[in-house]
Amino acid sequence: MPAETLDFEEPIAVLMKEIEALSMLPKTDARQSEIDSLKRRIDSIRGDLYRHLTPWQRVQVARHSNRPGLEDFIQRIFPNFVEIHGDRRFADDHAIMTGFAEYRGEPVLLVGHVKGRDTKEKIFRNFGYARPEGYRKALRAMKLAEKFDRPIVVFVDTPAAYPGIESEERGVAEAIAVNLREMMMLETPVIVIVSGEGGSGGALGIAIGDRILMQEFAIYSVIPPEGCAALVWRDSGKKAEAAEALKLTAPDLLGFKIIDEIISEPAGGAHTDHDAAARNVDTALGRALDEVRALDTQTRLNHRYDKFRNMGRLGFEFVEEL
Amino acid sequence: MAWFKKTRKPIEAQEKPSSRVPEGLWVKCPGCSQAIYNKDLAANMHVCPKCAHHFRVNATERLRLLFDGEWVEHDANLVSTDPLKFTDTKSYSSRLKASRAGTGLKDAVIVGSGTIDGIETVVAAQEYAFIGGSMGVVVGEKITRAVERALERRCPLIIVCCSGGARMMEGALSLMQMAKISGALARLDRARLPYIAVLTDPTTGGVSASFAMLGDLNIAEPKAQIGFAGPRVIEQTIKQKLPEGFQRSEFLLEKGQIDLVVDRREMKSVIARALRFMGATPGHPAATPAPAVAEPAAQA
Repeated sequence: MPAETLDFEEPIAVLMKEIEALSMLPKTDARQSEIDSLKRRIDSIRGDLYRHLTPWQRVQVARHSNRPGLEDFIQRIFPNFVEIHGDRRFADDHAIMTGFAEYRGEPVLLVGHVKGRDTKEKIFRNFGYARPEGYRKALRAMKLAEKFDRPIVVFVDTPAAYPGIESEERGVAEAIAVNLREMMMLETPVIVIVSGEGGSGGALGIAIGDRILMQEFAIYSVIPPEGCAALVWRDSGKKAEAAEALKLTAPDLLGFKIIDEIISEPAGGAHTDHDAAARNVDTALGRALDEVRALDTQTRLNHRYDKFRNMGRLGFEFVEEL
Repeated sequence: MAWFKKTRKPIEAQEKPSSRVPEGLWVKCPGCSQAIYNKDLAANMHVCPKCAHHFRVNATERLRLLFDGEWVEHDANLVSTDPLKFTDTKSYSSRLKASRAGTGLKDAVIVGSGTIDGIETVVAAQEYAFIGGSMGVVVGEKITRAVERALERRCPLIIVCCSGGARMMEGALSLMQMAKISGALARLDRARLPYIAVLTDPTTGGVSASFAMLGDLNIAEPKAQIGFAGPRVIEQTIKQKLPEGFQRSEFLLEKGQIDLVVDRREMKSVIARALRFMGATPGHPAATPAPAVAEPAAQA
């Protein structure tokens, strides 16, 4: 486990340094028991912290560089992965990965953003900012799954679609728009898991499905808190306030019926225990997939349509006059 | 004792170059700097007669310019309940109130039905003066209903886009309106009914990444700003200046991203021709071929 701690985890960081110092010294029984007791205290403090995370702290956890992503889940719950590349139009985008694998013995198609972990990888993956080709590759792969009647599992984790000249030139807006329309009609089960950052249109562009699951500390927002703060407060330092106002946490979104279910995370967040995080994802995914697979295609499509059709129903009302 | 005896005159505000023209009678064209008589401008569909600069027009005017005559408004009484109870420097509910007072509308889109060159059509026009034309749940709902109305009547749909994107103050609920409208458009598409998106200045953010780019035809007005990411965000990301004309209609046309750029004064005639190509004829809105696949059950 990497020792990288977030700013609000300061009390943990102090104890971790103590443990590090102790383990440098010759090992004795007394020292070992001291280390063990420190570890227990870390666990208990971490549990406390993570039970009361503020929205901004959740944003930090969702962006944690050790947060498990598509590749970590592939290693743990999707054996025999074969990656497929490119949109057959222009390029292979590295911020969105597609390919087929097995899930509980059955073939599935996997689609998801990848941010990369170390610097070299991050640059290769463009920090998870996909260009139009990424969205087009995703749709091409999903059509392949539809043709052969294989379920699709999507992992969402992106700051945004890439805001660059080439993105605009090659129609990133069109690529996302077409995905929204076409994913609504895919005649195969689609389960979406928001696993990290759900960054506005760049996330939504691959996030239409029969079930939208969200990990406990993931976020999903129309705009990054920094952007919101810069716009309305003219001060990007007000990001904590913005994170609060935007209601971007999993419990908020469950309340708005934007997501169907929260997947719980290990006590200190998914980044502290990839195996446990993957087990929870596995359980939720298996159940969701069974439920939607049991429906006939037309019913499933109607349910998918209704789900999105009703989003925002609690946000408007009819009035005679104001 | 002061070193300098001369007392300074307080700096006075420079007298404004007084215009002897009554307010609102003349407007200066931002394109060619010429003064235009306001009535001439209105008579010319708010396009500068000298340089063809397209002034922004409001949603009501848009509908008037497209429809043959009378039209009926739909779902005018939907209002936002401020689902997030969003407050920044001002509360969202007070912003809503101010926009309602300023525009006389209840939210940022007007939906109407009438005829275009005799063809029964549903038209939605976004209103920029209402919080930047932004799309929250009310705009999402009204446009989705417009799509469903077109589907029900088997008639064409036109959306005149004019929006900065999703409405931040309604959070992820606004974002989901992109999905909701695009889903409804999928049904319209499969039913082979015509949908034309008219992109006006500006058409950006979540609106561009959903219905604005999903028309059977995407038609832009000249020099409209059309794009997904804001120019400032792009400049900050790539740390260089953007090329001249970036994200303007002509740029998108050149890059193959939109189908045509049409002068406002020609817009109705081009749309009428397009609708006829797509099988809609006067009095027979349902003259489009039956869809090849069974239509999914219509939603309430």
